[in-house]
Amino acid sequence: MTALTDLTIVEARDGLRSKEFSAGELTEAHIAAVERARPLNLYLKETPERARDMAAGADARLARGEGRSLEGVPLAIKDLFCTEGVETTAASRILEGFKPPYESTVTANLWAAGAVMLGKTNLDEFAMGSSTTTSGFGPSENPWRRRGDNRPLVPGGSSGGSSAAVAARAAMGATGTDTGGSIRQPAGFSGIVGLKPTYGRCSRWGIVAFASSLDQAGPMTRTVRDAAIMLGAMAGHDPKDSTSAPLAVPDYEAALTGELKGLKVGIPREYRVDGMAAEIEQLWQQGVAWVKAAGASPVEISLPMTKYALPAYYIIAPAEASSNLARYDGVRFGLRVPGESLDEMYEATRAAGFGTEVRRRILIGTYVLSAGYYDAYYLKAQQLRTLIARDFSNAFKSCDFILAPTAPSAAFAIGEKADDPVAMYLNDVFTVPVNLAGLPGISVPAGLSSDGLPLGLQVIGRAFDEAMVLRAGDVIERAAGFTHKPAFIAGGAG
Amino acid sequence: MALDKATVARIATLARIKVPESDLEPLAKELSGILTWIEQLREVDTAGVEPMASVAEMTLPMREDRVIDGNCRDKILSNAPQQAHGFFLVPKVVE
Repeated sequence: MTALTDLTIVEARDGLRSKEFSAGELTEAHIAAVERARPLNLYLKETPERARDMAAGADARLARGEGRSLEGVPLAIKDLFCTEGVETTAASRILEGFKPPYESTVTANLWAAGAVMLGKTNLDEFAMGSSTTTSGFGPSENPWRRRGDNRPLVPGGSSGGSSAAVAARAAMGATGTDTGGSIRQPAGFSGIVGLKPTYGRCSRWGIVAFASSLDQAGPMTRTVRDAAIMLGAMAGHDPKDSTSAPLAVPDYEAALTGELKGLKVGIPREYRVDGMAAEIEQLWQQGVAWVKAAGASPVEISLPMTKYALPAYYIIAPAEASSNLARYDGVRFGLRVPGESLDEMYEATRAAGFGTEVRRRILIGTYVLSAGYYDAYYLKAQQLRTLIARDFSNAFKSCDFILAPTAPSAAFAIGEKADDPVAMYLNDVFTVPVNLAGLPGISVPAGLSSDGLPLGLQVIGRAFDEAMVLRAGDVIERAAGFTHKPAFIAGGAG
Repeated sequence: MALDKATVARIATLARIKVPESDLEPLAKELSGILTWIEQLREVDTAGVEPMASVAEMTLPMREDRVIDGNCRDKILSNAPQQAHGFFLVPKVVE
């Protein structure tokens, strides 16, 4: 028999409905896996008692035949989502001890669908990073190792605790957030599926804000079908978020038809960047062959502004962050370092509470918004954003979805790239343009690198066409048949 | 564009983050590196291009003007580092 922690959400749903096992048993198996995963530092907060309570509620509903879409499914929550009464830190010392008196809309939606909370996962501080090494509570480790090399690798970031927990079988699925690639890149590095929905598809209410015009929540799972189910529960209009789209949520599972007949797949010429590993280029070609075999015809497209997406992002995101993070002042919640005057208290609190990457971005953001520089930097970046979004709308005149790599490399070692911020930022070269344009994108594990690490392929779709993205992602998943497992598995054996 | 120490000190004050004197020089170098990389945007002619603040193509929704939340003072104060008599407590501002 397969270990309970090895099941997909679909398999767990079926097993619970047919009474092969209970939600209590499924949850206990996962609580034990969460404990075994402690050496990787994936969870900042474990909530086993809450998980047991929620599982008991799920079993009662299942017994009455009232199971909802995620009834009894144990999930991990990125510690950027406010959870009522459960410490929420955004992996920052400045929020240590903060217990939100309210629940984020996305997590509330998940609990209303019957899901069980295992705990809160680690991330880059305030989601600023691509490696989960900027966390104020220590880095997370990727459960994968290079072949013949035992050095600890990063799980990607910022949703690295979530991606590693799902890969290590210490959660069936997890929430992530994606501002410049923070769901898709860690999914790629950890060998799992990660979906960033269209901006506005999921409510941002109750998610600790980083860059409000870019942030979007999404599911991280081991299969595309699981992502479809989880997104269905997370998404929906929320009057409490004025940017949340008043659109009906389709049945995403029904979109997975397994074929792409009559559709056109766009291959962006500009995504062949210098320094990209040859094996990633090869995997990309393989991906084109897979979608072709499913009926799609490839067309070359051009996204000429691609190279300007990263520098534009590194103006827009820090600018928004510098104003969003102004609220951490030691007055109403979180850390306070005393000072003689109010200003001294602010300055001492923020110096002690923010880590170096967050400080760096606040300073950049403050600079580009300051008098005399606003037009040269911020306005210019917003104009570039218009051009980048226009690139995509032009491209979608001749194709139905876009296929690209997720990241230009596989996972790197903890400590690598640490002293060069720009080298770290380049990780997000294929993901950032999608956030600037607000489009949906999915990363699907598609193969292994020569040293045995997972590599992801990315599907990008039109706004609010998550169904297309999932459908193409499902085709790639079927064709790739990715069954490799990481070196470390927290879940029990079969 | 190269930032000097004085500029870093000025933006740190604007951002209300105390930066130790010994950090100013390395930070100036680091931030200058990032800004130089960002400046490739100047290559692009953006004359007449509308700036995009958000991709959400929507007008702000209107709602009825009535109280839907409130009476939760204790909840709001529950995370305060210092409080007294139902208020947040801060160092003296006005002499």
